Amino acid sequence: MYKIVTKKELAPNIYLIEIAAADVAKKSNPGRFVIIRLDEKGERVPLTIAGVDLNKGTVATAFHAVGRTTKKLAKMKAGDSITDLSGPLGNPAEVGKFGKVLLVGGGVWCAPLHYVAQALRKNGNKLVVVAAGRTENDMVYVSELKAVADDFCVATDDGSKGNEGLDFLADVLKAQKFDHAVVMGPVSMLKKVVDLTRPYGLKTMVTLASLMVDGTGMCGACRVTVGGVTKFACMDGPEFNGLDVDFDELISRQRLYLPEERMASMIHDKLGGGVKRG
Amino acid sequence: MDKEKRKHGIEMDKQNVLERIHNFYEVALGYNEEQALAEAERCLQCPNPRCVTGCPVEVPIPDFIKLLKEKDYVAASLKIKEKNSLPAVCGRVCPQENQCQAMCVLGKMGDPISIGRLERFASDFERNKGVQIPELEKAAVTGKVAIVGSGPAGLTVAADLVKMGHEVVMFESLHLAGGVLMYGIPEFRLPKEIVQSEVSYIKQLGVDVKTNYTIGRIYTIDELFADGFDAIFVGSGAGLPNFMRIEGENLGGVYSANEFLIRVNLMKGYLFPEYDTPIRIGKKVAVIGGGNVAMDSARCSLRLGADEVYIVYRRSKEELPARAEEVENAEEEGVIFRLLNNPTKFIGDESGWVNAMECIKMELGEPDASGRRRPVPIKGSEFTMDVDTVIIAIGQTPNPLIQRTTEGLETTRHGTIIVNEETGAATKDGVFAGGDVVSGAATVISAMGAGKTAARGIHDYIQKKKGAK
Repeated sequence: MYKIVTKKELAPNIYLIEIAAADVAKKSNPGRFVIIRLDEKGERVPLTIAGVDLNKGTVATAFHAVGRTTKKLAKMKAGDSITDLSGPLGNPAEVGKFGKVLLVGGGVWCAPLHYVAQALRKNGNKLVVVAAGRTENDMVYVSELKAVADDFCVATDDGSKGNEGLDFLADVLKAQKFDHAVVMGPVSMLKKVVDLTRPYGLKTMVTLASLMVDGTGMCGACRVTVGGVTKFACMDGPEFNGLDVDFDELISRQRLYLPEERMASMIHDKLGGGVKRG
Repeated sequence: MDKEKRKHGIEMDKQNVLERIHNFYEVALGYNEEQALAEAERCLQCPNPRCVTGCPVEVPIPDFIKLLKEKDYVAASLKIKEKNSLPAVCGRVCPQENQCQAMCVLGKMGDPISIGRLERFASDFERNKGVQIPELEKAAVTGKVAIVGSGPAGLTVAADLVKMGHEVVMFESLHLAGGVLMYGIPEFRLPKEIVQSEVSYIKQLGVDVKTNYTIGRIYTIDELFADGFDAIFVGSGAGLPNFMRIEGENLGGVYSANEFLIRVNLMKGYLFPEYDTPIRIGKKVAVIGGGNVAMDSARCSLRLGADEVYIVYRRSKEELPARAEEVENAEEEGVIFRLLNNPTKFIGDESGWVNAMECIKMELGEPDASGRRRPVPIKGSEFTMDVDTVIIAIGQTPNPLIQRTTEGLETTRHGTIIVNEETGAATKDGVFAGGDVVSGAATVISAMGAGKTAARGIHDYIQKKKGAK
């Protein structure tokens, strides 16, 4: 059993939890993920690591409560335990010394992006950071990202705060030369940013949250075409150069279980999902 | 017993086919006491038993059958366990027909003794009575051993070493121990409760089982040595699924058999939405491949409610690598065999879901390296099959995580770990390996045999290393 040590609501329906897993914390790196399973009947869900606290022996991860498992998790409290946590899985993100780095985070992904940004900063890179969200209310980790950035701005889909949408990046990319870019967010956003960086041939690392079951190379559910070759996000990624990723296939694969996910989520909403309401 | 009567073995009852294709309960029902006694009675108790030579883990077969005849069923199970820590598993999934039973002298003029069914009866009897943990004798010189992977090879090494008094820590990547016994073999062939009861026996012997530890990710082999382990056994299996590398393979509805079986078996997808992991099955399912994994996938598909399930295999029936019993079960249940056919591409609808498969007809040519006749495509024989689910069951290769992260561990070009066959020792000092990670995908029992060899190798290695001090 793995104990939830702290739980915070970062924004409506977006949470950050710290889970006691000292061995995992010691071996964690930015860009890697854990797989959690809440209980005996639970599914295995990958969540990107948003940071660790070695003194407390905890691993932090942020999630948006949209599916059955994340909704159940949102109802759990500090002091409750989950049955399984496996990690760190996947490969670390590239955080070497590049020079000037563009970082773009979307919604809940700003939390793990902050973990990557800290490492990039520590390694002497100059960071231009964009924190994005659907609306002003969906923004998380804004002050944390701002604190590690040399240059920082905000964007929202509806323009309720900062730039409206990400089109402004076209001008940023035109005006400044970057040596590396890191994007973490929903797949549609990854695709959007990569389309903007492509004309400059800027290596744009994207972290892929593909469908996964085991997360260790066994199932192949996370397969994604990168540079014309099938790769497993869990084994070869989850970070890939976005310029080589077949996003359309990825988007289509991510929708594979939407009907079942909706059904499970609906059952959860109707029945309370078998977990006591907090 | 008269000669004529001795020729005929006792049949084992199976769940009625019309019922079983709608449930995941065990197909083979096992002997009752009367049947077991009648079958045991047929055993000649050969002074020079040949059956034992056919058993990769050296089970004292005539001895346990003798105890069965004497109605001392618990003693019979304990006799098996002297050599084999997973009797309830082996009694169900071993290909006895090619091993112990193939050697039985009765097989020359009639049915060989059904050793597997008797093994199952004995171990089920003991489990139902409540398993007792034996007193263990500790060797003078003992060490600390890490086992990577908790499948049949790892479980065997762990049990054998802990019985000799060594301290054993077993690391499992998934959330439950058992490896392929949990994620691969379906409930209707090997109930998961039985696997967990065998795992719990091994824990009670004193093995420390750590689930959720993926070695190669959280710790490397070298880090385990630095942490104080004297020897490490790698039994990480053949977990990486092969794909066909043809067009349309990443469409929705195209699964690796691993994904399909993990969702169904380990995650209990057949109980969705009571369990959280979904599995989607269509109306027309094509399973590509002809091994046990293909049969398991096809039979699971039927039970999940598919209307038509096809096995598409590029050679002929004779070359099917699956156990004959499993092919027969699949046929009985209504699986349709499309032999000498091979897919060439998968075709999808607008939503990215597979809706057809192009195949080509094959014929058999000259024998290839495997000794089987090579399948050759017949030019211009392409045709299209309507399917909405495809399961690729064309084999697995070892997961490369450990090989990639361990310097000095030599592998073949197939990614399998090279070992000394007598000891299980790999090329890196203190590292041993066995099971599918060495042989490539094979059987439960051959992995257990390799585990037995490695346990001896590790014990000797520790004696030399520590005894010399």
